[in-house]
Amino acid sequence: MASISELANPQRFEGLAQAVSPYAVGVAFITLVAGLYYALFNSPADYQQGESVRIMYVHVPAAWMAMFCYSSMAIASAVGFIWKHPLADVAAKETAPIGAGFTFLALFTGAFWGKPMWGAWWVWDARLTSVLILLFLYLGYMALWQAIPDKIRAARLAAILAIVGFVNVPIIKFSVDWWNSLHQPASILRADGPTIDGSMLTPLFLMIAAYMALFTAMLLQSMRNELVARRVARLDMAADAATSTLVETPSAASQS
Amino acid sequence: MSALAAIIWRDVRLAFRAGGGALQAVAFFALVVVLFSLAVGPDIALMRKIAGPVLWTAALLATLISLDQIWRADREDGSLDIIVETSDALPLTAAAKAAAHWFSTGLPLIIATPILGVILNLPASAYVPVLMSLAIGTPGLSLIGAFASALAVSLPRANLLISIIVAPLYAPILIFGAGASIAGAAGAAQYAPNLMLLGAATLFAALFSPIASAAALRSNLD
Repeated sequence: MASISELANPQRFEGLAQAVSPYAVGVAFITLVAGLYYALFNSPADYQQGESVRIMYVHVPAAWMAMFCYSSMAIASAVGFIWKHPLADVAAKETAPIGAGFTFLALFTGAFWGKPMWGAWWVWDARLTSVLILLFLYLGYMALWQAIPDKIRAARLAAILAIVGFVNVPIIKFSVDWWNSLHQPASILRADGPTIDGSMLTPLFLMIAAYMALFTAMLLQSMRNELVARRVARLDMAADAATSTLVETPSAASQS
Repeated sequence: MSALAAIIWRDVRLAFRAGGGALQAVAFFALVVVLFSLAVGPDIALMRKIAGPVLWTAALLATLISLDQIWRADREDGSLDIIVETSDALPLTAAAKAAAHWFSTGLPLIIATPILGVILNLPASAYVPVLMSLAIGTPGLSLIGAFASALAVSLPRANLLISIIVAPLYAPILIFGAGASIAGAAGAAQYAPNLMLLGAATLFAALFSPIASAAALRSNLD
């Protein structure tokens, strides 16, 4: 039963991914164009920050995705670890580079926002530090995958690391509340409603949708790549095994 | 319980005998402090300010280079398989190994700290917070380090990988530990909150890293 679902799932996944991928790419493209149009041309400048508030539309969704990707990676890792589900392992593995990319984007755009607003590219502040640690957690996770040749063992060990590292996600979320921070606290997901004007929420939500769709498209594509790469590796190994038997058997060698 | 005590006693004795490497970590600790002093130069005022954080960073680096030892020798001579197979509760065994690592690495670092504090012109008011923060924080370093070391136990030359994995997990302990030493050096008795947060980090590590270490060991040995 378990082995059947393990064999069947990558194929069913392939079918699902092929069906969903074009839509994800399409939604990403449309929302990205619309979101950037609103963000750059059709939304007001901030009364304090001026035009530089537009960095928010690239920065905030990237920061959200950085945490979202890590959370999904930890959940996929837990699923893979508990139920030994290979597809969940592949999902966790392929989420990491994308999440690291979003984390880097959040830090990079944050630096460009921090320079005009705070007067410094970087400050050793709780929010910035914890997001930087998130980037290093992603890198450590990817390094562990790379270091272990056996995929099954690599998946289990990397899953443990991802679950342990999840402790950082709530620290990032609450860092602006627990410590005195230059970084502003949450202004959208609040109990008393958003404190941002509606004209700025439209581009922000468009950009979040764009990043989510982009993440979906990239994740599906890289998971498919990984599955194909594994199949190729298996075929190579089978081919190697076949040639070595041919060489070892005298009658087969004389035939060739 | 006696089995756990036996593991600790055996590991500590091994670490202090020839080739054990316990004193290498202290030597490395002193070396980092000396190199830092050479790099900063003879500015005593600056040195007094950064002495606490430098001691903490050096202690962390000295712990880092010793992590690879925690499980490797047991893995190589096969005793790790026996430990895993015969342990009643593997997380407790992992905690005992972390305790042994602390006795052979963390404790010698703390003992060496006052002498190195003199070299660094550590202010007199900072000795207590630095030593207390090291006493509270270094067990956390050993616990988390035992986990990272267990992750990489089946890999050859894993020291760099362990460092990459463990450094982000060490960040809170470094921040609160160095924070306590800075608050103490400022002369005010304001280091208590940092010590409490540091204690919380170590307790958190004591709860979760033995479990994670056990899971990592089992995944590495199947």
